Amino acid sequence: MSRLSSTDAPTDEAEATPRDDTARNELVARLTAHLGEGLLESHIEPGVDVWLRVSRESWREAAAFAKDGLGFAYFNFLSGIDWMPSPFGREMDSQIDTILAASADHDDVSAPANADDGLEQGLAGGETRFQVFARLNDVVNGLGITLKVDLPDDDLSVDSWVPVYPGANWHEREAKEMYGFSFNGHPGLRPLYLPSEFEGHPLRKDYPLLARRMKPWPGIVDVEQMPGDDEEEDGGEA
Amino acid sequence: MTSISDREKLSYIAAQAADARVNVELETEGMTLNIGPQHPATHGTLRIIAKLDGEQVVAVDPVMGYMHRGYEKLAEVRTYPQVTTLINRIDWVGSFANEVPFILAAERLMEVEAPPRAQWIRTILFEMSRIANITLFLGDMGLQVGAVTPAFFAFRDREHVLNLIEAVTGGRFHPNFDRIGGIKDDLPAGWITETRRVMKKMRQYCDEIEALVEGNEIFQARTRGIGVIPADIGLSYGLSGANIRGSGVDWDVRRDNPCGMVHNETDWKVWTHPDGDSFARFWVRLQETRESTRIIDQLLDNLPSGPIMAKVPRIIKVPAGEAYVETENPLGVMGYYVISKGDLVPYRVKIRSASFNNISITPWLLKGVYVPDIITILASLYFILGDIDR
Amino acid sequence: MSASLNIIGELAYWQQTGIRVGAGLAAVLLIAGTLVYLHLFKLVSFMQSRLGPMEAGPFGSLQLLAEVGKFLQKEDIFPRKADRFVFAAAPFVVLMSTFLLVVVVPGGPDAWFIDTELGIYLAMAVSSISVIGILMAGWGSASKYSMLGGLRATGQLIAYELPLILAVIGVVIQAGTMNMQGIVFAQAEGSIFGWDGIGNPYILTQGVAFLIFMIAMQAELTQAPFDMPIAESELVSGYMTEYSGMRFLLFFIGEFATAGVFSAVAAVLFLGGWYIPGIDPNDNIMNVLGPLVMLVKIVGLTFVVFWARFTFPRFREDQLQKLAWKVLIPLALANIVVTGILKVAF
Repeated sequence: MSRLSSTDAPTDEAEATPRDDTARNELVARLTAHLGEGLLESHIEPGVDVWLRVSRESWREAAAFAKDGLGFAYFNFLSGIDWMPSPFGREMDSQIDTILAASADHDDVSAPANADDGLEQGLAGGETRFQVFARLNDVVNGLGITLKVDLPDDDLSVDSWVPVYPGANWHEREAKEMYGFSFNGHPGLRPLYLPSEFEGHPLRKDYPLLARRMKPWPGIVDVEQMPGDDEEEDGGEA
Repeated sequence: MTSISDREKLSYIAAQAADARVNVELETEGMTLNIGPQHPATHGTLRIIAKLDGEQVVAVDPVMGYMHRGYEKLAEVRTYPQVTTLINRIDWVGSFANEVPFILAAERLMEVEAPPRAQWIRTILFEMSRIANITLFLGDMGLQVGAVTPAFFAFRDREHVLNLIEAVTGGRFHPNFDRIGGIKDDLPAGWITETRRVMKKMRQYCDEIEALVEGNEIFQARTRGIGVIPADIGLSYGLSGANIRGSGVDWDVRRDNPCGMVHNETDWKVWTHPDGDSFARFWVRLQETRESTRIIDQLLDNLPSGPIMAKVPRIIKVPAGEAYVETENPLGVMGYYVISKGDLVPYRVKIRSASFNNISITPWLLKGVYVPDIITILASLYFILGDIDR
Repeated sequence: MSASLNIIGELAYWQQTGIRVGAGLAAVLLIAGTLVYLHLFKLVSFMQSRLGPMEAGPFGSLQLLAEVGKFLQKEDIFPRKADRFVFAAAPFVVLMSTFLLVVVVPGGPDAWFIDTELGIYLAMAVSSISVIGILMAGWGSASKYSMLGGLRATGQLIAYELPLILAVIGVVIQAGTMNMQGIVFAQAEGSIFGWDGIGNPYILTQGVAFLIFMIAMQAELTQAPFDMPIAESELVSGYMTEYSGMRFLLFFIGEFATAGVFSAVAAVLFLGGWYIPGIDPNDNIMNVLGPLVMLVKIVGLTFVVFWARFTFPRFREDQLQKLAWKVLIPLALANIVVTGILKVAF
């Protein structure tokens, strides 16, 4: 996938073209060698990032190996994703946004406006509605990896990372209350943000945003004049 | 990557464990002290339940959520340009810096790049919000250890930077100025000269703080050797910013993973301190502020001309994909994991805020310290409550 | 000592007492008011690059009256679980200590409240009463913050009482009397190597004791860098946390009045008290000029106190205990020994 973004070398266009990313390739190779079947899928964007999906059994092992074997000593974050399209569809959006979007739509990428076409997982794939994903950094080489794991609907649990990265403690508590996941071996999955009597898991897609129910969102009321749209552009000093 | 020697680390851990043991063996009746959520020492509504044995802390349990606003959920029903209005309020003291990583993530997904001038101005404002933020920290740290005056100096001098930010963006605290593909407006006339003057003033402020706070023997007695975070512990808790650089880890996203900003066009230095204590964190932040003024000065010297906005459609639809972009914000590493499904609104936004990780070390760090040190350690970790609760 | 005949001496005893009580009240309250306005409002504002109160009266000079009026109007709140009697009495105990302290301070050859041979001894004794008041406030409030603050204050005040007293002993040895007037006269009539142009203020010979006295005084006043008992960033307001309205005002007055009175004691002990070089100390004019001289010295000394207060961060309580027991007390003892040897030698 080619990306002409400004990520790695903003001054040199030639370097931004796809290239062989040896560091990240080697990373994936070493993880594959260690985890074997445990590593289900990987996705590398050369020069940018790497995504890995591991099996539920090897979730903690992947973290331990990344920390001790690959030098990813830095725990960045851990959270969850709900891949189920929102059952509310576009109900939560304002009508005017949808109309404007339709009118601006020339290349027709408006995929899941009323998506009943089931789950559609992101990079590095997936099979289930819920995924836990986490990010680790190698502060010496400036690399980062995103690890994902599938959680089957009938058993939303996975091994806790707290024994490997103590910093995962609060992140797993947050994931627990926001998605209802459970982390085996966590020292105390108390609610972090929400009051203890709170019901539901707010970040799940089927949890309605009640404020929107009460008061519809006005949507785009005015489109801002972009500086690029005008003819005269240099208003300031150079 | 330098780090504290193993022997020091072990002796520190052993000392803490010994303290905890003494409390268990004596079995004195403890006391639970509830600090917050309404308390003069907390910047916002962080509540800390401390179990004390005399004046010594046996265990602490931070309680958050008094300000949880659910930005991750709210972002899912707002279009991309609207999201910046929300995320401005995460770290409200250096709010422009909150917008940048989100915009950069969206830009990466849309495969657009801001023109050079926009990148330059973005970097200048980014560093300015760092100065506005850390200036306040430098004064506040004095206040937390009992010196009232530095806080007033901080508010006085921060005003100059806020005025500059206001002159460009129109907002003192919540600029909402960054756009996908560039920035909203160009710099106003006379701004560059004024900025150079203010940067000089901010360096004077740093000298003043150095003499008034950092050089003070009592301040050093209160902060040196207090709240030591060994490098590997800090890494495994995901500490970032000056907190991890204060532990000797030479890692700065601005230098190591530049993305959409031009810090590396200038000559600057990432400061680290080997001690890992409260003083080290303060010291690193002080140097960082100086470094930021230097970065801004140099960027102003070679500010390129040209457009400030790339060609982006009026109605912004972000192609499907996932991107994680992090930047070195005033409080530490801030990142946005944006998942798009090719829609007007993001499908999922995971906000990785610095203070959340930084403060998650407190149950480990505050074990065995004295009550007055709770305050200095918390102050030196420097959190903004909006950045914890999001 | 010789009391020359004057107007006060000719009045009846009850009239004299009335005047002395009134003057004592004025000495405490006026000095407290002056210090609050001059130092807390204006000096500190100047240091912190702000204006301070400007609206009430010219340059905000009536702000203090407005503040007092505000506090008097406020509800007198008792915490539900408070020990009501102890809670209510605590501010008065603290203030009582200040009023008892002021009586030993002389303002002129005849302008004194009491003139006892045990002057400085009495001062040191009554100054420790405030500890009881603070402990009462900390205990009676039924609040954890107050309790911690009260205990910290007690530990600190007891620790710094010692260097305070030991610093005074040097002066007492040199003056050969514990009478406050006697100490002033000893300084007025002394000479520096035979030159008696300015007498012999003991700050010159007892410089170490003066330094110890000022540091210990700062701690006794619980001002920064020794304000751990108040420590607003952790204990909210220490032993005063639960107080409001009038009782808080009493603590507030007590804080500043005590600063003034301690400075007055320091002025008498080390700066020559009310004495002006060149004027005969027994001259009747000194009964008028003396109190003014004292006021100037008090303001000068409290300036140092407040300067330090708004500049320094605070010590942790173990650090300030260390300072008292390991530095100040040995130093003060050494000072006593040296003073004693020199006294005998010369």
